[in-house]
Amino acid sequence: MIITLNELRRSFADLDAAELDRWIGNRWIRPEGRPGAYVFHEIDVARVHLIVELREMAIDDEALPLVLSLLDQLYGVRRQMKLLYKAIDAQPEEVRQTLLVAVRANAAPTDGADADPEGDGA
Amino acid sequence: MEDPYEVLGVKRDASDDDLRRAYRKLAKKFHPDLNPGDRQAEERFKAVASAHELLSDPDKRGRYDRGEIDATGTERRPDHSYYRDFAEGRNGGRYHGGDEEEADDFNDLFENLFGGRFRARSTGGGAGPEIRMRGANRRYSLTVDFLDAINGTTQRLQLPDGKTLDVAVPPGIEDGKVLRLKGQGDPGLGGGPPGDALIEVRITPHPFFKRVGNDLHVEVPVTLSEAVLGGSITVPTRTGPVTMTVPEGSDTGRVLRLRGKGVPAGRGGRPAGDQYVMLKVEVGPGADDAELKAFLRNWAPGHAFDPRRKLGMAP
Repeated sequence: MIITLNELRRSFADLDAAELDRWIGNRWIRPEGRPGAYVFHEIDVARVHLIVELREMAIDDEALPLVLSLLDQLYGVRRQMKLLYKAIDAQPEEVRQTLLVAVRANAAPTDGADADPEGDGA
Repeated sequence: MEDPYEVLGVKRDASDDDLRRAYRKLAKKFHPDLNPGDRQAEERFKAVASAHELLSDPDKRGRYDRGEIDATGTERRPDHSYYRDFAEGRNGGRYHGGDEEEADDFNDLFENLFGGRFRARSTGGGAGPEIRMRGANRRYSLTVDFLDAINGTTQRLQLPDGKTLDVAVPPGIEDGKVLRLKGQGDPGLGGGPPGDALIEVRITPHPFFKRVGNDLHVEVPVTLSEAVLGGSITVPTRTGPVTMTVPEGSDTGRVLRLRGKGVPAGRGGRPAGDQYVMLKVEVGPGADDAELKAFLRNWAPGHAFDPRRKLGMAP
């Protein structure tokens, strides 16, 4: 489902049009197309909801880009982890076992150079 | 529907500021997009948002306090899709890595993993997560001579990248078996251990030895006089020629056994096999020998013998 800027404005009646433009200008919302001919996907609409709700939580313009950036990094990693899970899941049992063993070996606590310096090792 | 005051954790005489603070605190905690892995977060956030919706409207709050409406009678905040429902999907990339942000460590994870190019990572920088993965296994095929496969050998395998591997082939290995050389596969990623080399053994057939289980079978031709009169002959074995005695009066098809000359004893208590020698009488140029012909014309066999009748080939 793709909507235009006017349709987006109608579905956020409480939101000032200039405010929405500012979010697009700040690249907090990144529609497709060019100014005057923007199109918004479901993910963009959901992101407008998210920003509205973050502002209700008193996340101001100073903090908002930081929160969005952290969220984008979190979701980026989750998205790639999902792709990886999917790829691993499609492997033969032998391969998945090999990966499992390797992951467990790497997850095991180690001494010396590999130890996490921030861990409470000793 | 729970009591909205309880949902927000405020007293009934809470001020608008108290309400707003309580809502913000709980929304930050339970907003689904801030809890991508928590499927229950959405329900909890909706309850908090509905409670706030009701109590932040003085008119509705008054009617609720006087018992004119209950919490279910209030207008629910319309459902909408949450960002997390799309952020991990195909379009999610638009807000990650593709715009202002620098491509990060994970972006080339997939190139590294599936493109087969392992970029060496410095361990000193400490920026970003370190990926450690075991290297991939490598499959090779090794052709081994029949007797080398029986006796065991060490054979050099030429790898496509110019390197060589010395492969220890254990005695008695069977065709199609796979040898695993630990750590001889692709190098690991980010300090991970290397993969293994998996080497499938192909055994070339031998011109006169046949393997049956752990025994070796060989057909050895003998002359007419060796068959009739007996004698000492030299036969090949896996360890070289040995002398054996053909008993007097042997015929084609007679099988002699050389104990312990089959597949050597091996792992798992496998006993050594034997070698079976099957004699095959070959008359050779003697078939056209005048003296032999003359002898046979005058020879009256002691007992009549028809080898074809024995097999049912003659009436």
